[in-house]
Amino acid sequence: KWYMQFDDDEKQKLIEEVHAVVTVRDAKHTNFVEFRNFKIIYRRYAGLYFCICVDVTDNNLAYLEGIHNFVEVLNEYFHNVCELDLVFNFYKVYTVVDEMFLAGEIRETSQTKVLKQLLMLQSLE
Amino acid sequence: MPAVSKGDGMRGLAVFISDIRNCKSKEAEIKRINKELANIRSKFKGDKALDGYSKKKYVCKLLFIFLLGHDIDFGHMEAVNLLSSNKYTEKQIGYLFISVLVNSNSDLISLINNAIKNDLSSRNPTFMNLALHCIANVGSREMAEAFAAEVPRILVAGDTMDSVKQSAALCLLRLNRTSPDLVLMGEWTTRVVHLLNDQHLGVVTAATSLITTLAQKSPEDFKTSVSLAVARLSRIVSSASTDLQDYTYYFVAAPWLSVKLLRLLQCYPPPEDGAIRGRLTECLETILNKAQEPPKSKKVQHSNAKNAVLFEAISLIIHHDSEPTLLVRACNQLGQFLQHRETNLRYLALESMCTLASSEFSHEAVKTHIETVINALKSERDVSVRQRAVDLLYAMCDRSNAKQIVAEMLSYLETADYSIREEIVLKVAILAEKYAVDYTWYVDTILNLIRFAGDYVSDEVWYRVIQIVINRDEVQGYAAKTVFEALQAPACHENLVKVGGYILGEFGNLIAGDSRSSPLIQFDLLHSKFHLCSVPTRALLLSAYIKFINLFPEVKGTIQEVLRSDSQLRNADVELQQRAVEYLRLSCIASTDILATVLEEMPPFPERESSILAKLKRKKGPGNLHPDLDENRKERSVNGGTVATSPTPSTDLLGLGSTIATQNSAPPASKGASLLVDVFSENISAFPVETPVAVGPVADENFSRDILYTGGLLVGIQSWESIPYIKPKNTDMRYLPLAPFPSRFVCKNNGVLYENQLLQIGLKSEFRQNLGRMYVFFGNKTSTQFMNFAASVVCQDTLQAHILYYKLLYPTVDGGAQLQQILNIECVSDFVDAPVLNIQFRYGGTLQNIAVKLPITLNKFFQPTEMTSQDFFQRWKQLGAPQQEVQNIFKAKHSMDTEVTKAKIMGFGAALLDGVDPNPSNFVGAGVIHTKTTQVGCLLRLEPNIQAQMYRLTLRTSRDTVSQRLCDLLSEQF
Repeated sequence: KWYMQFDDDEKQKLIEEVHAVVTVRDAKHTNFVEFRNFKIIYRRYAGLYFCICVDVTDNNLAYLEGIHNFVEVLNEYFHNVCELDLVFNFYKVYTVVDEMFLAGEIRETSQTKVLKQLLMLQSLE
Repeated sequence: MPAVSKGDGMRGLAVFISDIRNCKSKEAEIKRINKELANIRSKFKGDKALDGYSKKKYVCKLLFIFLLGHDIDFGHMEAVNLLSSNKYTEKQIGYLFISVLVNSNSDLISLINNAIKNDLSSRNPTFMNLALHCIANVGSREMAEAFAAEVPRILVAGDTMDSVKQSAALCLLRLNRTSPDLVLMGEWTTRVVHLLNDQHLGVVTAATSLITTLAQKSPEDFKTSVSLAVARLSRIVSSASTDLQDYTYYFVAAPWLSVKLLRLLQCYPPPEDGAIRGRLTECLETILNKAQEPPKSKKVQHSNAKNAVLFEAISLIIHHDSEPTLLVRACNQLGQFLQHRETNLRYLALESMCTLASSEFSHEAVKTHIETVINALKSERDVSVRQRAVDLLYAMCDRSNAKQIVAEMLSYLETADYSIREEIVLKVAILAEKYAVDYTWYVDTILNLIRFAGDYVSDEVWYRVIQIVINRDEVQGYAAKTVFEALQAPACHENLVKVGGYILGEFGNLIAGDSRSSPLIQFDLLHSKFHLCSVPTRALLLSAYIKFINLFPEVKGTIQEVLRSDSQLRNADVELQQRAVEYLRLSCIASTDILATVLEEMPPFPERESSILAKLKRKKGPGNLHPDLDENRKERSVNGGTVATSPTPSTDLLGLGSTIATQNSAPPASKGASLLVDVFSENISAFPVETPVAVGPVADENFSRDILYTGGLLVGIQSWESIPYIKPKNTDMRYLPLAPFPSRFVCKNNGVLYENQLLQIGLKSEFRQNLGRMYVFFGNKTSTQFMNFAASVVCQDTLQAHILYYKLLYPTVDGGAQLQQILNIECVSDFVDAPVLNIQFRYGGTLQNIAVKLPITLNKFFQPTEMTSQDFFQRWKQLGAPQQEVQNIFKAKHSMDTEVTKAKIMGFGAALLDGVDPNPSNFVGAGVIHTKTTQVGCLLRLEPNIQAQMYRLTLRTSRDTVSQRLCDLLSEQF
């Protein structure tokens, strides 16, 4: 998900670059990588990497736990989430993201509140 | 909790996704996709109107195909149709499609905006949120134009639901980032700040981000947020971990909100109010105390959340840099982390300590961890952690530990990752120079650098060692001996040959007494490397040879022999050939005396900022360069002052006859000697840095007001003055004191308003009656791009001059490029405060904020009025009421030159009335200040007293505020 303007080619390039720098790192490494003029905070869950690219002065640990908070919500929402859930329900994942992160900032951190909201949306036609 | 089954609701979509996943090859996938695209296209084109569900399903499929990386060139209209559906699921897919496939297709934009508008006014919180999220995700200029006024209204309205407020706050933040000129907070400011008091912590979380962004841009407007943020933080920090229920994360109370509040506070200096400051200090102490408490959970989430807050608190402590106890406590805490088993914590501790090292309060405390840091350099597995260790060693280095640190960095260099070697080389070179007590150590260090990492030693580094050796008599003999020994290694790096050639050519005589390094041996040694070297090095060696002929007449024959050989005289390289021919002739025809003059020892180089430092700055960007404590605290530098110029050593090593280069270099040297001087000549900077300020007898055309300006070039502007560069703090969000404009702008309309190492701002302006136009030029002085360059003008509350402006926004500004902004100014009524020009851009990863006052002063709206003596005194009497007259008696700040004074009064805008005052040494002037609402007649009289070096200035106008302001402005000028 993009919070800055890029054209499609640039997006593709960024995705590939992020993939390249993150996947080569092993578990003993930090969860942070410098990337262009930014840094990537990432966390690995089995075969899935969750990455956030933030300003170099942003708080690393806050975003690292931001990722985990998000994953816990996904897990609750999809009931033991797995990669397939995210693929088949990609359009719902976007809703979860928007509930928790908006305009590149943290919007809501309370799992209870997010899940309540998602449940309400789920009940709508 | 709901368990969402696979693709519930849209079976067709689930089937399609399954199909794609089952494709065995890329070709099969493309085939399947093309089939689907054809199907969807026919459905969309078909006669039968599709129901909402089908539309949603197909649009969703298109979206999926797009996300797989295929182009989608249709379906936008159907997606837009979905926006007006009453069903949430359909609307959601429509918005999602729009957000992901942003398209500046203009006819659709108005339809989309229309749909958003409907949803915003629907009073249905779910729909409002969808619309707000869409604006926040797209953030386009068109949307900003359409909704920048509406969103703040939703944000502060009393009946808005909490979740909508959250979205509105962040939506506004996005619009402010993309189109700050359109988002005018004005009347909403106070109510937005008060969101920090909101009951709902989610609203506070979102609002804090918004306020932080706004406060970075206009700190003054949002400074009331400081006390509210401290109060909020204090409540969170002191709450029991269960108090905040939903917002407690692994026993940590609202960690993200705490972090955001601490970041907001970093936009401001420490609170002035003692009570607030005390409360904040208490909070910070509590956070530090909690770090010492036993963990409430063994889970990493608990410690991460807790430490996120701790690190942000430490950032704030460093930012304030005012509480020694807190700084030392922070340092001790980080010291514990240096040995933590979590790599993340070690990394962050190294990073954070780096900034602590630059505070005078904590520098010593940081130094105590040197062994641990050195150990990290040796044992860390992650290169980025080692990199941080290098940074920290560099930052904590001072005279007491320089030898140890340099030695450790040198030994690390041998095994260091290639990616960071050059930077380490630069750092070692800088530290070695800066803290050199004896220069033998410095020379050894640099030669070791070349030995261990010759390929990574940039030209600047070896230029610098030569500059220093030439400037220091005491080290020349040692340097000659050392390079001579180093050159004896069977294989040595070409950089060593360069340094060796240069130094022996200059100072080989100092070691020639030793039979082991006799002239001939020196020459043979150098010449043995000749054929292995590149052309530039060979050229340098040829110059060394001709210098040898002067130093050692006994080897003249041998050297002439070499120069005469075909491989030199007929060398295919023009440069080498020319040198050989010229040097040979020179050695044949010139007498010993002439040779001695021409090939004299190099004169010392003027002291200037180390070119290496400049290089490191270029590499890292100033924000990342740790401001060395010693630079501020102790003597400026061991080896001479640092001048604010950044010399770039010419890459033109060989400029044999390059007279331009020689003119730039060092003291006058004879023409022959300059052959070598040119190695160090500077490039002529694109921006003249040290043009003298135009003072003195001024008949400067700039003082006449109605001049028409030609040529838009900033460089052409004459008078020049640089405002000291404000050293960036290490934190991204920082407040900079407002730079006032130089007072000469009161009487002048153009010139350089502001300049630092990165940016130059120039002005040209013209005023007529109550209107003005100002051209502002921004010049990027660096060779690097600026990112996200934004400039805007803000009028403070007290200012009534009305500025019609537009915001300047450029994604990038190339190195050396210049931008222009035009401001139209209207003076509504008389005013005091000048408008503020805010500039923000990113340079090398660091956000730069610059705020300068624009020299728009009341006298700019002066129109001169000619009048007779009789008229003048008649009006003078009419304006005799006590409040209409303002008088100031003051000491002359400049020489009391009649012509200068006249020029200044005219530059100020008044008509200078000759022969009006009975005393010919007095000056009288008259004019009218034009504002939109009124015109104010002004008379002035300046009486110089040369003997006392004093002036008496009297202003009489029909309005007391105008009299006062003009008197203040004009008094400053003399």
